[in-house]
Amino acid sequence: MAGNGMTDEQIEIEVNGQTLTARPGQMLIEVTDAAGIYIPRFCYHENLSIAANCRMCLVEVENVAKPLPACATPVTPGMKVSTKSDRAIDAQKATMEFLLINHPLDCPICDQGGECELQDLAMGFGRGVSRYTEGKRAVPDQDLGPLVSTDMTRCIHCTRCVRFGQEVAGIQELGAIGRGEKMEISTYIQQSVDHELSGNIIDLCPVGALNNKPYRFSARAWEMTQHDAIGPHDCVGANLHLHVLDGRVKRVVPKRNEALNETWASDRDRFSYEGIYADDRVTTPLVRRDGELRPCDWDEALAAAADALRAGGADTGALVSPNATVEEGFLLAQLLGHLGSASIDHRLRRRDFRAQDADPVFPWLGMTVADVENLDALLVVGSHLREEVPLLAHRVRKAARQGARVYFLNSESYRYLFPVAGQRVAADLVAGIDQVGAGDDVHRALQQGDNAAVLLGQIAMRHPRFAELRQGAAQLAANTGARLGYIPEGANAAGLSLIGALPHRGPGGQPRPAGRHAGELLNQPPSTLVLLGIEPEHDCAVATAASALEQAGRVIAITPFLAGSMAAHADIVLPVGSFAETAGTFVNAAGDWQSFAAAAVAVGDSRPGWKVLRVLGNLLQLPGCSYATAAEVLDAARAAAGTPQPDNALAASAKPGPPPAAAGDDNLHVPIYRADALVRRAGSLQQTSDGLAGGGAPANAGDEAA
Amino acid sequence: MAGAANSTALSAHVRAEIDTWKQKFPAERQRSAVIAALHAVQHEQGYLTPELMEAVAAYLELPPIQVFEVGAFYSMFETTPIGRHSVSVCTNISCMLCGGDEILEHVKGKLGIEPGQTTPDGRVFLKAEYECLAACTGGPMMMVDHKYYENLTPDTVDEILDGLD
Repeated sequence: MAGNGMTDEQIEIEVNGQTLTARPGQMLIEVTDAAGIYIPRFCYHENLSIAANCRMCLVEVENVAKPLPACATPVTPGMKVSTKSDRAIDAQKATMEFLLINHPLDCPICDQGGECELQDLAMGFGRGVSRYTEGKRAVPDQDLGPLVSTDMTRCIHCTRCVRFGQEVAGIQELGAIGRGEKMEISTYIQQSVDHELSGNIIDLCPVGALNNKPYRFSARAWEMTQHDAIGPHDCVGANLHLHVLDGRVKRVVPKRNEALNETWASDRDRFSYEGIYADDRVTTPLVRRDGELRPCDWDEALAAAADALRAGGADTGALVSPNATVEEGFLLAQLLGHLGSASIDHRLRRRDFRAQDADPVFPWLGMTVADVENLDALLVVGSHLREEVPLLAHRVRKAARQGARVYFLNSESYRYLFPVAGQRVAADLVAGIDQVGAGDDVHRALQQGDNAAVLLGQIAMRHPRFAELRQGAAQLAANTGARLGYIPEGANAAGLSLIGALPHRGPGGQPRPAGRHAGELLNQPPSTLVLLGIEPEHDCAVATAASALEQAGRVIAITPFLAGSMAAHADIVLPVGSFAETAGTFVNAAGDWQSFAAAAVAVGDSRPGWKVLRVLGNLLQLPGCSYATAAEVLDAARAAAGTPQPDNALAASAKPGPPPAAAGDDNLHVPIYRADALVRRAGSLQQTSDGLAGGGAPANAGDEAA
Repeated sequence: MAGAANSTALSAHVRAEIDTWKQKFPAERQRSAVIAALHAVQHEQGYLTPELMEAVAAYLELPPIQVFEVGAFYSMFETTPIGRHSVSVCTNISCMLCGGDEILEHVKGKLGIEPGQTTPDGRVFLKAEYECLAACTGGPMMMVDHKYYENLTPDTVDEILDGLD
């Protein structure tokens, strides 16, 4: 791609009389875009290859007989360009007239209306009255699955969606079928588009041909307000915009951030908002009386919760979703500390806690997200990367396409859609990693790489012998000079580790007498158990998590949703908002702290989680708990955490003891759309082939643990 | 890939033919062999079914859509069943000046079909329209299957068409 391997040499060109500097070989449109000179375009997109097929960006270049497409014309020294001369404008207007020949005039019923590149440019370059009186063509629509709606008659054949499939997704499902006037964008054999980044073709489409299916016909672009948000499901922390109408999230689109998500969003981040409005949202506080959960007001519920916490005292435990915000995790950890308990954990799917003292203060990637694509050798241990963190898989894919040698070690084979140097499949991952000795391909590639890494994925971290597996990976990294990195669970595992939502460490990794970890809390439930944003039967490694609720003395569920074992056994239910309804902060795998404000009106009587926890803190006389805003909580959390340098170097630890007995090591992979309570309720995602493959079965259904 | 097993739909001969073409292009550029591969399949099978195109895709390790794109783009590829013999009459400028249109009319009358149709007995398919076949020195001309017939008259056309089985 442009930018790689180019010299720093600068040349000068002249555009509309203005002198611009450029690198030789840059395309004209890149130079004018950087200078803020607008040239109309449809097919050009800075993250895709150049097609030059829409012809909208034609400009006049001095001493060239015909107008040239700015997207495919490399700059040369002294080039004189006019983007607004009569000749350029004539060419652009002529192109527009051709594009409009077969484009329907259905803007009033088109979801793209108001945010349509064709509409905008027709305003600027189109004729007021069409000279075309013949019939327009009609193209049958495609069924691309539950996420993308199609109105193929509107297509102008820019092929952005085709190139996206080929270049970004790594699987080309769409193509241009037929020729000339009969050309159609199609899958040929009717099939859905099944990639985990497929929703991006909605944004790429400059017209209304590919649109957001769940959002279809439910709002107009200009009615909604746009709010910033952070991807609530994975450790990239993709920057998002929530589009809100009447307090309700209508759709989610990516917000450009080249360092994290570029211009993309994963389908999980884009469509999971549907879960916010699931049928089982709790709309009012509930307290169990005479065996039944009964609605009550907040004062009563909070007083009951405070009583339960007081009663639990030092025998209180808390299980925190890895998607909980820094503020929520910090307040809950402080609250438990005040009660004399350290039994709080967010590592819910972890099975092996033997070497937890050797864990880094916060498990991080070992590099920035963007740096992943600069790796030249990589071994990923125990990860279905595309499902765990789709946008990280995208960066690895870019590295692989640039020649990086990428290896995977897993207990089964997955489809990666990029050149994989080697896929090791080992029933026992520990034996698998130990086999990578000197002389092995993987060892050699890591050693030869100038920029090599070993990444431990989520399957690795859930492994019943994680201690040995990590020991092996760390040893391999040390022997080959590669970096060691982690791919943490959820949106905020790094943040929750930093602020001390852990049984063995306080904020900033300060050691403390260990409380009970997630496994112990579920196997020997405490007298009061707090659940923050989780569904035990789906979010925990322990197969008997659901019955732990029955055995715990009192269960306080701080949750947006109420179902399953919580509905059956929770004693107090405090309804809180999802990521869209609360202010908060997530720390991604690169250690970026990203805060966001509430964007949507809370559903029912639910409240932001941090406020609920603050009031509980007040009721229990937690010192210093007088925060007025989420930002104040964040300041306190950051001050407590300090600024520990990210360091994945494995503390030299004694040989871990024998692995826990009866720890199931199957079903370590959690399907992409089963990862958390919100996405499990996103109806459209559940209808995709990945969603159906997840089967609605709990992630730990197969475990036959004690 | 799902289609990997499908490449067994291709005969050994077709696979050998595809291999020959694949070798003419650099590694990883096997997409360049798609046209030749489809020609080989069509020559053997008469026309291209989605299954055959998928088989070609599987054999060349390409996404099926990239093969469908080529099959749908070029007019010399047939994607619906046609007759045993394919007749294309050139009506481009040189042939037109030498009477190509009359030849086409004669063929239509003799076979009793319009361009784009196959005779009811399934014997002859008349190609809808064919651009210049680069035999301008011998116009009017037509192509029957892969063979060129030049300097045509109605009589020679009758003889050629009658000779088809």
